[in-house]
Amino acid sequence: MMVETITLGKALNHGLRRALENDSKVVIMGEDVGKLGGVFRITDGLQKDFGEDRVIDSPLAEAGIVGTAVGLAIRGYRPVCEIQFDGFVFPAYNQIVAQVAKMYYRSMGKVRIPIVIRIPYGGGIGAVEHHSESPEAYFAHTAGLKVVTCANPTDAYVMIQQAIASDDPVVFFEPKRRYWEKGEVDLDIDLAGAYPLHASRVAREGTDATVIAYGPMVRVALDAATAAAEDGRNLEVIDLRTLSPLDLDPVYASIRKTGRAVVVHEAPGNLGLGSEIAARITEECFYSLEAPVLRVTGYDTPYPASRVEEEYLPDLDRVLDAVDRSFGW
Amino acid sequence: MANGESEVGADAPAGGFVQLLTPEGERIDSVTTADGATYSVDFTDDEYRELYKDLVTVRRLDAEATALQRQGELGIWASLLGQEAAQVGSGRALRPQDMAFPTYREHGVLYTRGIDPIMPFGLFRGVDQGGWDANKYKFNGYTIVIGSQTLHATGYAMGVTMDGKTGSPDGEAVIAYFGDGATSQGEVNESFVWAGVFNAPMVFFCQNNQYAISEPLERQTRIPLYRRADGFGFPGIRIDGNDVLATFAVTRAALDNARNGQGPTLIEAYTYRMGAHTSSDDPTRYRIASEVESWKAKDPISRMKAFLTKQQLADDTFFGEVDDAARTLALDLRERVLAMPDPQPVSMFDHVYPNGSPEVDAQRKQFADYQASFEGSAH
Ligand SMILES: Cc1ncc(C[n+]2csc(CCOP(=O)(O)OP(=O)(O)O)c2C)c(N)n1
Repeated sequence: MMVETITLGKALNHGLRRALENDSKVVIMGEDVGKLGGVFRITDGLQKDFGEDRVIDSPLAEAGIVGTAVGLAIRGYRPVCEIQFDGFVFPAYNQIVAQVAKMYYRSMGKVRIPIVIRIPYGGGIGAVEHHSESPEAYFAHTAGLKVVTCANPTDAYVMIQQAIASDDPVVFFEPKRRYWEKGEVDLDIDLAGAYPLHASRVAREGTDATVIAYGPMVRVALDAATAAAEDGRNLEVIDLRTLSPLDLDPVYASIRKTGRAVVVHEAPGNLGLGSEIAARITEECFYSLEAPVLRVTGYDTPYPASRVEEEYLPDLDRVLDAVDRSFGW
Repeated sequence: MANGESEVGADAPAGGFVQLLTPEGERIDSVTTADGATYSVDFTDDEYRELYKDLVTVRRLDAEATALQRQGELGIWASLLGQEAAQVGSGRALRPQDMAFPTYREHGVLYTRGIDPIMPFGLFRGVDQGGWDANKYKFNGYTIVIGSQTLHATGYAMGVTMDGKTGSPDGEAVIAYFGDGATSQGEVNESFVWAGVFNAPMVFFCQNNQYAISEPLERQTRIPLYRRADGFGFPGIRIDGNDVLATFAVTRAALDNARNGQGPTLIEAYTYRMGAHTSSDDPTRYRIASEVESWKAKDPISRMKAFLTKQQLADDTFFGEVDDAARTLALDLRERVLAMPDPQPVSMFDHVYPNGSPEVDAQRKQFADYQASFEGSAH
C-alpha cells in the first residue's frame, strides 16, 4: 500500500496520470493544460510524459472543447475536458446539455460518449467575476448527465478515475479552494473495491442533527460539527459526493435518527440543490422531522466582489445558526 | 489588406504589416496597400508630443497597478505592458461619438476615453464591479468571458444603423477589442457573420499579443488572423501594433469607412505581451527570455522617443516633464487605490434588479439582521 499525504489538486493529478497510463484511449483536452499544466496545475507534467496527442492544448473555445470531445468519444476515445473556471462553461453549455446529455438516449442506447468535463468551481479564492461560481444545478437539472464533486484528496483521486472509467458523461466539479488541502491517499487503491462514484457518505457520525453538504462546503460542515461538539451537540455530516443522481438513502437514515436536517451549499438557494433535497427529505421522512429542513446557501445575487465573499459564502457560524434554529422549532 | 501583401519591414511578420514608424524611430511617410488604400498621419508637433505623453502615462499607470498587485492591494491585474501603442493609437483614433467594447486589458483605451484611470481598480481590488457609465464615456464595461463583447458591439453597431447614424462623416462607429485567443471562440466568429451580413459600422480590433495565457498563436489559427476577414466578406488588415502612428492611421480610416456606411473591418494589431498574462501567471513555463528580448527592441515608446528626438520635436526637458507628470498621476492613483474602502457587505444585494425584487429585498433584510446579531460580540 503506497499511502502519501498530498493535496487534493495533486490527488487529481495522480488520478489523471493513472487514467492515462491504464487506458490509451484517454485524452485530456483544455486551455493551457499542456505546457502550463493548467492554471491550477492539475495537469502538471502530463503532457511532458504522455505527449501532445494525449494531453491537448486546445484552442480558446469551450464549445469546441466539448463538441470535439463528443466526436472523439463516438470514435472510441475517452476525453477528459478541462473548463478553466466555472464561469467559462457556458459557451460549452449548449454542447453539454443539448448534445452530451442526450446522445445515448437519442441513439437509443447505441452510442456511448464517456466524456468527463472537469470544472473547478466555487469561491473563496479572492477572484474577479466568473471565477467563483457554483453552476452545478444547471447540470444536475439535465437528464443524461452524471454530476459529481469531491471534497477530500482520496475522493479526488478515486472519483476522477471512476468518472473516466464510467460510460456515462460526467460533469466533475472540483472544489477549487480545497485544491491546496492535504490528506492521506492510498495511491494503490483498487478502484473496483473503492467507494462507489454514485454514492454519498457519512463523513462524521452524530446523533442530534444532520448537516448535508458537498464539495467545498464539506469542510465547513465538519468544522461546524467540531464547534457544535464543544457545546454538547453531536452533528452528523453527510458528504453527498454525487449530485445527479442524488444518493439520499444515507440522508434519510440519518434524519430518521436525528430528526433535524440542514443542507449547505455555496450556490444560490433559489432552485438550488438544497430545494430538491429538502423536498425529498420532507416526502420521505415527514414523520421523523422535528423541524423543517433548513438551507444555508449563497444569496440570490450574482457572486459578489471578492472583498465581501466571506459574507456571501456559508460559513461555520451560519451553519451553527441554522442548527440552532432547527433546535428552536 | 483584403488581398495581397503589404509593406514589409525587417521586423515584419510574413505577409507584412502597415508601419509608419520603425523601431529605430524612422518615419515612413505613407503606406499604400495592395487594395489601393493609402495610410498616413498628419499630426502637428504638439499632437506627436501628446501621443508620446499618452504612451508614457499609460505605461506608468500600468506599472503602478502591477506594483499594487504585488503588494497585495489588488487581487489580480492584467497588464498592458508592450501594448500601449495599439491601445493609445486606436483609442485616439476614435471620435467622441464612437463606442468601444473592451476586454479586461484595455486600460490604455479607457484612458484615452477620458475615464478616471481609477475606475477599473475596484474590479481588480475586489471591492466593486468596475461600474463606470458606459454610455456617458462611450466605453463599455470590461468583459472577462472571452469574446462575448464582440457580439454586443455588433448589436450596438446594428442599432447605430437602425438609428440612421451612418452614411456621413459625422456618423457613429463602433470598435470591439479582443485578443488572438478570442478569435477561436464561436461568439467572435458569429459576430463576424452578423457584422458582415448587416454591414454594421464595426471595427474589430484584435490585439495579437502572440499568446492566450500559455498558448501561442499557432494554437488558435493556421493563417494570419487578419485574413480571417476574407471569409466573412469584409476587409482585414494587419498593422504594426507597436507603432502608434500606423495604429492610429489604420483605425481612423476603418472607423471612418464604417461611419460612412462601408461596413466592418478587421484590424490585427501585431504586438507582444511583455509581461505575464495576469499577475497569477508564470510565463517562464511557456516562453523563452530571448523572445521577450527581441520584442523589447520593438518597444512602442522608445521608437516614439527616438523619432521625437531625431525630428527635434522634443528634448530631455520635455521627456523629463512627461515622466514627472506620469509619476505624479501614478502616485495619486496609488493613494486613491489604497484609500478605496472595503464595501459594506450588504452592498452585495445592490443592483441585482433595477426595480428590486421581493425575494432579494427580503434576503437583504435577513442578512442585515443576521449581521446585526453579531454586533457587540467578538465576531
Ligand atoms: C470563455 C472564457 N474561457 C476562458 C477564459 C480564461 N482566460 C482568461 S484570459 C484567457 C486568454 C485570452 O487570450 P487572448 O484572447 O489572446 O487575450 P489576451 O489576454 O492575450 O489579451 C483565458 C483562457 C475566459 N476568460 N473566458
